[in-house]
Amino acid sequence: MMNIKKNLIRFSILFLLPLALSGCHKPKKTATFQVPESFDENKNYEITFWAKNDTNVTQADVYRKAISDFEKLYPNITVNFKLYTDYGKIYNDVITNISTNTTPNVCITYPDHIATYLTGNGNVVPLDELLKDPRYGFGGSEVKFDSPDYDEIIPEFLNEGVLFDHNYAIPFMRSTEALYINETYVNKLGYEIPDVVTWDFIFEVSEKAMEQDAEGNFKINGQKVLIPFIYKSTDNMMIQMLNQLGAGYSDPDGNIKIFNDDTKKILLDLSKEVKKGTFSTFKISGYPANFLNAGQCIFAVDSTAGSTWMGSDAPLLDISEENIVRFKTVVRPVPQYDAGNISMISQGPSICIFNKDDAGEVLASWLFAEFLLTDDIQIGYATTEGYVPVTTKARNNKEYHNYLKLAGFDNKEHYDIKIDATTLLLNNTDKTFTTAVFNGSASLRDAAGQLIESVTKSVRRKKTVDDAFIDNLYKETISLYHLDSLNKGFTEDLGPLPKASKVLITILITTWLIIGFVYLLRLIRNRQKKRV
Amino acid sequence: MKKFLALVFASALTLSLVACGNKDAAESTEETAVVAEETAETEDVVLPAEEETEASEESAYMTYADYAATAVDEEVTVKVYVQATQSWWDNTITVYAADADGAYFIYNMACTEEDAAKLVPGTEIIVTGVKGEWEGEVEIMDATFEFGTDATFEATAVDATAALGTDAITDYMNQKVSFTDMTVEAVSYKNNEPGDDIYVTLSKDGNNYEFCLEYYLNGSDEEFYNTVGNLEVGATVDVECFLYFYQGPDGHLTKVTVK
Repeated sequence: MMNIKKNLIRFSILFLLPLALSGCHKPKKTATFQVPESFDENKNYEITFWAKNDTNVTQADVYRKAISDFEKLYPNITVNFKLYTDYGKIYNDVITNISTNTTPNVCITYPDHIATYLTGNGNVVPLDELLKDPRYGFGGSEVKFDSPDYDEIIPEFLNEGVLFDHNYAIPFMRSTEALYINETYVNKLGYEIPDVVTWDFIFEVSEKAMEQDAEGNFKINGQKVLIPFIYKSTDNMMIQMLNQLGAGYSDPDGNIKIFNDDTKKILLDLSKEVKKGTFSTFKISGYPANFLNAGQCIFAVDSTAGSTWMGSDAPLLDISEENIVRFKTVVRPVPQYDAGNISMISQGPSICIFNKDDAGEVLASWLFAEFLLTDDIQIGYATTEGYVPVTTKARNNKEYHNYLKLAGFDNKEHYDIKIDATTLLLNNTDKTFTTAVFNGSASLRDAAGQLIESVTKSVRRKKTVDDAFIDNLYKETISLYHLDSLNKGFTEDLGPLPKASKVLITILITTWLIIGFVYLLRLIRNRQKKRV
Repeated sequence: MKKFLALVFASALTLSLVACGNKDAAESTEETAVVAEETAETEDVVLPAEEETEASEESAYMTYADYAATAVDEEVTVKVYVQATQSWWDNTITVYAADADGAYFIYNMACTEEDAAKLVPGTEIIVTGVKGEWEGEVEIMDATFEFGTDATFEATAVDATAALGTDAITDYMNQKVSFTDMTVEAVSYKNNEPGDDIYVTLSKDGNNYEFCLEYYLNGSDEEFYNTVGNLEVGATVDVECFLYFYQGPDGHLTKVTVK
């Protein structure tokens, strides 16, 4: 009997040891979420909500009101709110909290980021079942507020949250980028602004604007400073340029295609503009809005969600009154290669939910996320900036129509540039696109912007930017953003095992064989002894 | 046989642990490589080796006057002393630095978390980067650094009250300065709630000036954060700050004394 026990213990240890070792790299995974039969309103839930605003206190106030209204409907749910002004910070904080299992319940995010959360065992809840749940889903019978129906979520926006065949996010707001133009200066330079502005047009006008007088002042503004064209998000700039050209960026399988000849041509063309002094970026020079409003920039590209900062009468201003120059601002789609074939990026925050051990807590999180798509919040938030609501329900709401109609009525809520930017997206939703989402797509996006930033900096720093420079920049960028070692999804073939792993497995197998051999040897000997 | 088995187990376990450990080491090497690549972009100036004489070392650094005279987008190498830092984040740290002649703002300098902990006030560092100007703030960007000697230097605040509202205020850019007998005009939290920067408008002789409690600089000092957040409009205060610029002077507050 003792021998059997000893053998059992030995075998247990032998079985458990490899398991324990192989478990080194596997963090705890929360049980798969199942929609509960009902929501327990007698149990108190405390959920956390991490959100982002555009340094716009009105947006923060919309979130706060949403929380307050929701807590009145569901007194057993408390929503703790943490506000960021940078998506990157949210992303980093979530990554940090995944390892300690302290992710927020509800989080404003981008699908690119969710792809990374998923591979980091982020336990993001697949929403497929919840979206259409007859009780708690969109338009569900047990929901205590006027939720939009599933069919009222704009399908293009909803599909942006599909990753690896599951819907991991719902859209919250959508925006695009817009070109804000100082029309007064363009006209003064002898040009009329077309309905669709091309890259060539911008660089032609910009070059003309660089003329200086004998004292070094630019003739167009009488100032020492002029950067005719400033782009805020150079990652978007590169992505849109490539899309407009039909050139490679990435594909849905996570293959990186950006390091091609089209990209090289874009960068080399851009380097010539930088050399002329006609182009710079937010990261290098500052906010396009500040330069535009000071008469130091003619073409500024920024998000439609930044439209309240654009123009002489902008409701939000960062420059002092005495530095503001009076001019007429017009809004156009981002510059195009082909004016007859407009292409612009779709962007804007989405919402994801993190899984927790208590399914009731997850359901409480979902209810709050769903609440953020109700008309009051959709319209309330969309009107703070050049955002558009993500539901047809809100878009068809009379209150929203009235808001759009009152463009220019005042320079606050109805600031005409903001509503022009909003209308730009409403009228061109079918011309928007998104890029493929996979683990590493966030890094690829950063890399796309970095290519432009690096070229711009290098020209300014008097380095030679030529084919060889770009080839080297490609290598550096691939390495810096680890684009040569991306894990594209959950089920990807990870390739051959590393050498260390092969050695380890060989040792474990050998150990097992030796142990088995010794055990058999002992067994034979014991039987031989018994026979004797 | 038992000894043999024990040896086999021990070997297997040790190798398993080594395999785990190797991964970390590889990751660490990878991170270092990233920093090195970032460095390579700008680091043209070669610093002398430690064994070389003090005189030849000195010649590799710019004086503050040289730095001030250097054009934007030119490479710079300076020997400076840390006065304060913002929170380390994503392998970068923003440093308020000074030497006996002037001050420097070093934005998002490449830095490991381990080294960031050593960047205490007074620490001598040699910084190589590119001079930049962003929204009126002259700074060193794309910087890398190495630790200098054990020499230390901490600047004392210079009274710049008389320069307020004049072009002379630019001469104090990035320095630790003080302003006396200022009147509180407005205090507001970023996002309308505590937990981030606090914007403070102070006036002197009828003119308003902007200041900020930069959360990443000293937001963790609860007492100071509360003092600034609770400032009452109309109160008279003396303040100290690093004179950061954003569309004009926008000092990052380090001390506030309510009179």
